[in-house]
Amino acid sequence: MARSHVYTDYHPRWLRRNLSTYWWLEKRAYLAFILREGSCMFVAWFVAYLLLLVRAVTIGPGSYAQFLEWSAAPWVLAVNIVAFVFIVYHAVTFFVAAPQAMVVHIRRKRVPSYLVLAGHYVAWAIASVFVSWLLLGA
Amino acid sequence: MIKRHPEPLLWMLFSAGGVISGMLMPILVLLFGIAFPLAWLTPPSHEQMLAVLGNPLTRLALLALCVLSLFHWAHRFRHTLYDGLQIKHLNEVIALVSYGIAVVGSVAAAYLMWQVP
Repeated sequence: MARSHVYTDYHPRWLRRNLSTYWWLEKRAYLAFILREGSCMFVAWFVAYLLLLVRAVTIGPGSYAQFLEWSAAPWVLAVNIVAFVFIVYHAVTFFVAAPQAMVVHIRRKRVPSYLVLAGHYVAWAIASVFVSWLLLGA
Repeated sequence: MIKRHPEPLLWMLFSAGGVISGMLMPILVLLFGIAFPLAWLTPPSHEQMLAVLGNPLTRLALLALCVLSLFHWAHRFRHTLYDGLQIKHLNEVIALVSYGIAVVGSVAAAYLMWQVP
């Protein structure tokens, strides 16, 4: 009987297109993707900003006043305005993706994705109102 | 013995960081980054800030926000360099530096929260 299969050492090359480093400038959807990923830089910036604020409050009233003054410097304000746009973009895109990542079941029935999304938005609104109340009210 | 991979944990931290930063950061940037500096609203007094931060629950929430957000950043930063800029040969170095910064930042955050009177 003839052997039907002859195995050789031949390894085919992977079919891969050479991608430009700037492939994400080619389409709007790609750019949106890279901007969404880039939002993490502003998340990190704001962690640093928040920690500087906590540190200033810990040191004392003078230091806190100095922090508030520094926060009004044009470049800090500019960074924070850009950061706000990116962080809101991050929040919206993250919550929109949540129904795909979270499959919630209640009594063995899947919760529809629009409810999972709505839940995130409601929680976002409650969190924002609560933080505002904590800092501005009382 | 089962070899445990850190990847699922890192994805979980990324995810948790994405949710908590999405929930809390927009309002915090709006207030402390824009509204107070532009004098749209009066910033809380120092005593008020101490009262808010004096509550251990506030500090715990802020610590969670900082730590998870830092790991969120590290994970996304690492993957963006990999996929976006296609820096694949430095994968290990980039991962080490990103998560390293997240760990150092987390320790700093814990220390600063601990220091609040």
